Amino acid sequence: MTTARTVLTIAALTLREATRRRVLLALAVLTVVLLVLSAWGFDRLAAQGLTSGEARLTASVLLNLVMFGLSLIAALGTAFLAGPTLSGETESGIALAVLARPIRRSAFLLGKWLGLVVFGGGFVVLAGLAECLVVRVTVDYWPPEPAEALALLAAQTIVLLTLTVLLSTAISPMASGVVAVGLFCTTWVAGVVGGVGASLGNEAVGRVGSVSRVLLPTDGLWRGAMHAFQDPGALGEFGGGAEAGAFPFLSQAGLTPAYLAWAVVWVAMVWALAAVAFARRDL
Amino acid sequence: MTAGRPTAGGSTAGGAAGGAAVQEAARLVTDLPPGPAVWCSGLRKRYGNRPAVADVSLEVARGEVVGLLGPNGAGKTSVIKMLLGLVRPDAGEVLLLGRPAADPAARARVGYLPELFRYQPWLSPLEVLTLHVRLSGAQVTAAEQQECLALVGLADRAGDRLGGFSKGMQQRLGLAVALVARPELVVLDEPTSALDPLGRVDVRDIVLALRSRGVAVLLNSHLIGEVERVCDRVVVLDRGRVAAAGTLEELLGQHEVRLHLTGLPAGAEQRLAAAGRVEREGDWFTVALPAEDTGTAVPDLVGDLVALGVRVHAVEPVRISLEERLLGILRAGRDGDR
Repeated sequence: MTTARTVLTIAALTLREATRRRVLLALAVLTVVLLVLSAWGFDRLAAQGLTSGEARLTASVLLNLVMFGLSLIAALGTAFLAGPTLSGETESGIALAVLARPIRRSAFLLGKWLGLVVFGGGFVVLAGLAECLVVRVTVDYWPPEPAEALALLAAQTIVLLTLTVLLSTAISPMASGVVAVGLFCTTWVAGVVGGVGASLGNEAVGRVGSVSRVLLPTDGLWRGAMHAFQDPGALGEFGGGAEAGAFPFLSQAGLTPAYLAWAVVWVAMVWALAAVAFARRDL
Repeated sequence: MTAGRPTAGGSTAGGAAGGAAVQEAARLVTDLPPGPAVWCSGLRKRYGNRPAVADVSLEVARGEVVGLLGPNGAGKTSVIKMLLGLVRPDAGEVLLLGRPAADPAARARVGYLPELFRYQPWLSPLEVLTLHVRLSGAQVTAAEQQECLALVGLADRAGDRLGGFSKGMQQRLGLAVALVARPELVVLDEPTSALDPLGRVDVRDIVLALRSRGVAVLLNSHLIGEVERVCDRVVVLDRGRVAAAGTLEELLGQHEVRLHLTGLPAGAEQRLAAAGRVEREGDWFTVALPAEDTGTAVPDLVGDLVALGVRVHAVEPVRISLEERLLGILRAGRDGDR
């Protein structure tokens, strides 16, 4: 009961911090800019008189591209919020008075994590839904599995912020944000390289993507989200087969339950590691 | 310094040994005096190769105000952080208000003002207090929180964001945070470092008010005069060890007398030396009297000197300040190492 109260209090505090430090405002402005630009772009494309197949392919690719932009904004936002809120507070001394209260450090960490999950996850779900509506209005396209796609986008954000939480228990706030975003981008690039390798039939290069998706599940979840956003016939329009795998904004297959389970285990393991590191840290 | 582990609460007997015996045991446990506010034994801490705390044992009784003194790097803040679970000791045991400090619940009635006082700059003072009340689990009304802010002089800034607060105002807020959740033990680490003289007087009054309410206080301060005015006992740390500890009377017990003497015959200096350590500056003699003196040493000495034919022009008591005593303890410790 006491632990639950602590977790909820710290989670609410983290959300309030995000709001008061204008992180929410900054994200909202960036998102609106992205939505307006994409609405203009989709509207121009619709005016070109594409065939229905071309329209579905274009909508799928561009939707995935804009969603990638949104997930990048969420990644940057949560990574640079998670660093200051945890290691920044221990560095500045804010955490001293709070952690001298009758609370467990793991409960404090869970509260911070939960607040970031609600913030980051909430952002991508709302912004992603808004983008889906923009596409619906402009080119009359609606993703086949919007709920699954948005949930996977939120899961990708959760994976990245959990990594940032772990990093921020050990290194400085700025470094933890930089390293987390760097790893996020590296994994995405590794995924694209792996796709190119697979399309060329090079098994060794193809394995780069598979290995990186296991080490850091952000790219795997992103590919699952893309698959749920894109039209089932889009890959066929693109040329079908292995060649389409080289294209970074279309996904060849959805996620397997085993991979989803691995992502859950990965988050639990990394969070537990962060909790152990934070509990042992001298303040 | 501290011998056995103090009693404080405890487990009750179980099994079918008879209800009366169990009740009797429970009554005995209930009747035990509460454990001290702070008890620690054999605390040690190293940061890398550097020992910060070598062996510290200390105790703060309920309702007692204990001052923690010592030079920079003596380990005072490290000891405080180990007591509060903020730093993991390499060795040693800590009990807070009768409970093992490893259990966070031991800190439920503990207030703390850190040396490095920083509070969430995006919150207002009232919001910071509400946060700490919620985390402590105490039932404190909004009116009481306002009173707490008024006590530290922040009543008219209760709703302003902390971002624009001066260091002194943040330290005042830190004091309110330490006091807000009805503490039974308050740990103040350099509570006046950013305060003006008026603020220092306020802190002194607050500590005295806490003592009068039976709240124990552990006060780490470089301002020796402050410690001397409010503390019942003093613990002096030097290089991670307890160099001295005791009540102010015990620590300042040694007193001196200055005498202006002329016409000293043979034997007068031996008589002076017999009374205690003597320092001479011309015709002035300063004699350190024994701590166990019951008040007869000075009249006996003066009587004997007059009987020997010494002309006694003046006899002045010399009061040793805590500062002089502290410096004496620290210098003696360093001389002992050579």
